[in-house]
Amino acid sequence: MIWNQQYETMPRDELRKLQLMRLKQLVENVYHRVPFYRCSFDKAGVKPEDIKSLDDLQRLPFTYKQDMRDNYPFGMFAVPQEQVVRIHASSGTTGKPTVVGYTARDVDTWAELMARTMSAAGVGRGDILQNAYGYGLFTGGLGAHYGAEKIGASVIPISGGNSKKQLMLLKDFGSTAISCTPSYALSLYETAIEEGIKIEDLKLRVGVFGAEPWTDAMRQEIESKWQIDALDIYGLSEIIGPGVGYECVEEKRGMHISEDHFIVETINPDTGEVLPAGEEGELVFTTITKEAIPLIRYRTRDITSLITDPCKCGRSSVRMRKVTGRSDDMLIIRGVNVFPSQVEAIIVTKQELSPHYLLIVDRVDNLDTLEVQIELAEGIFMDRISRLQDLSRAVEKEIKDMIGVTCKVRIVEHKTIARSEGKAMRVLDKRKL
Amino acid sequence: MKLQQISVFIENQSGRLYDVANLLGQNGINIRALSLADTSDFGILRLIVNNPESAYKILKDNEFTVGRTEVVAVEVKDRPGGLAEILGALSRNEINVEYMYAFVEPTGSRAIMIFRFDETDKAVEKLSAEGFTLIPGSKIYGI
Repeated sequence: MIWNQQYETMPRDELRKLQLMRLKQLVENVYHRVPFYRCSFDKAGVKPEDIKSLDDLQRLPFTYKQDMRDNYPFGMFAVPQEQVVRIHASSGTTGKPTVVGYTARDVDTWAELMARTMSAAGVGRGDILQNAYGYGLFTGGLGAHYGAEKIGASVIPISGGNSKKQLMLLKDFGSTAISCTPSYALSLYETAIEEGIKIEDLKLRVGVFGAEPWTDAMRQEIESKWQIDALDIYGLSEIIGPGVGYECVEEKRGMHISEDHFIVETINPDTGEVLPAGEEGELVFTTITKEAIPLIRYRTRDITSLITDPCKCGRSSVRMRKVTGRSDDMLIIRGVNVFPSQVEAIIVTKQELSPHYLLIVDRVDNLDTLEVQIELAEGIFMDRISRLQDLSRAVEKEIKDMIGVTCKVRIVEHKTIARSEGKAMRVLDKRKL
Repeated sequence: MKLQQISVFIENQSGRLYDVANLLGQNGINIRALSLADTSDFGILRLIVNNPESAYKILKDNEFTVGRTEVVAVEVKDRPGGLAEILGALSRNEINVEYMYAFVEPTGSRAIMIFRFDETDKAVEKLSAEGFTLIPGSKIYGI
């Protein structure tokens, strides 16, 4: 079902006109309101009036996650703080989070995008949506919540975790739709079987899954186990949160991007050169309607390609394929973004530990696990077991508190983690994705 | 009245303990006493050897995670209550024991307890004052 017939099926030439008009307004706006953009445009020698066509977008400089960090917390805001009605945050590459703000209109836009997402998955009025995305600073929970309310579904804001309660509500409330990470959907299934729940007794018929990369093989597994339609969604909090891209139940092949709100490009991550549609590269977004924190050519670091073929569902928008990798070292562990540098920032504060560490990511019983191996520092070795145990527990707690992911810290012998000549090998990802 | 203990951090992997023992053996280091404390992930091997300086260097040169700690060797009377006398004195003087382990002299004439204290100097002073026999490193190394 199409939520917004006018914009989702808008003829492409009309859409391009709309994009250009909005892009011009955006560039004019940020140039005058955000010192960061004025400075970066001036450095690149571009003035707002130079943007005469959509191709001129390529003249604008990229925006990076680091820029958001440099302007922490509110330096990238294009509106006075009193117009900001919501603030979310996601992981930064080190200690400080990446902050995003929303005006009242941004919150409406986001709800609109998630309404399109839910509708495309076949969720609508009369459905009971069990929203098992985490609520809080993370954008997943509230993003899905507002969109589902907008389409008139009954939302259960259960948030993540607590599988037995999830199953109880799934059964007793007769939830027809669920939103969570795909790995959690599989993990929840295992618990359902253990609890003796019969899948055919449930009313669940559709799942809206995202916040971590997953494969079509995983989709088939989820669909056959739960006997539902499983749809992929894409989003990142910098751009707006979930709702940036969404699959339609008609094709389940690529996520539609709401081009009336975003301009998407794929680029060569090394050279920055824009690639022809269909070629694999890094996704870059320009938010053309966002007010609080508009982003110009934001480098997502997600690698994928675009599909420009028309879709059976009738939407005219371009689609993005599943994300196949990253152009940086970010990991997604149980839906949480984790950068090795965040872990490193914690380790270097401990004088008993060396900066030689390795993150080992695996998937056990459909749940991601993280083990952090850290070498003891040379010369400060302690002979007491309790001190070493306290030390690893302290690091585990700090990682949980700062990054939000549960891990196991294993202290290892000096020089047991492989040294590399060039870029250090910090991650061993054993998951088969 | 203190002696040097060598500690080696060992991950729980098969053959790792052998590596340590073999290396020391090949280099003519004789182990006088030892204790092993372990968790599910790692263990700490504590050793009293005939030549702590050289043992430390050999282990370090071979990339082992090794440390040195000062411990105290106390003679234990070979009769019921012998150990309790020492522990009673420590308790009266509010001295905490981090860990301890025992060994018997090759002649079998007396038992020796190795103590690791938080406050080593205070322990040495109080135990001496209470009349216990502390055995110097030179004697233990050369047993």
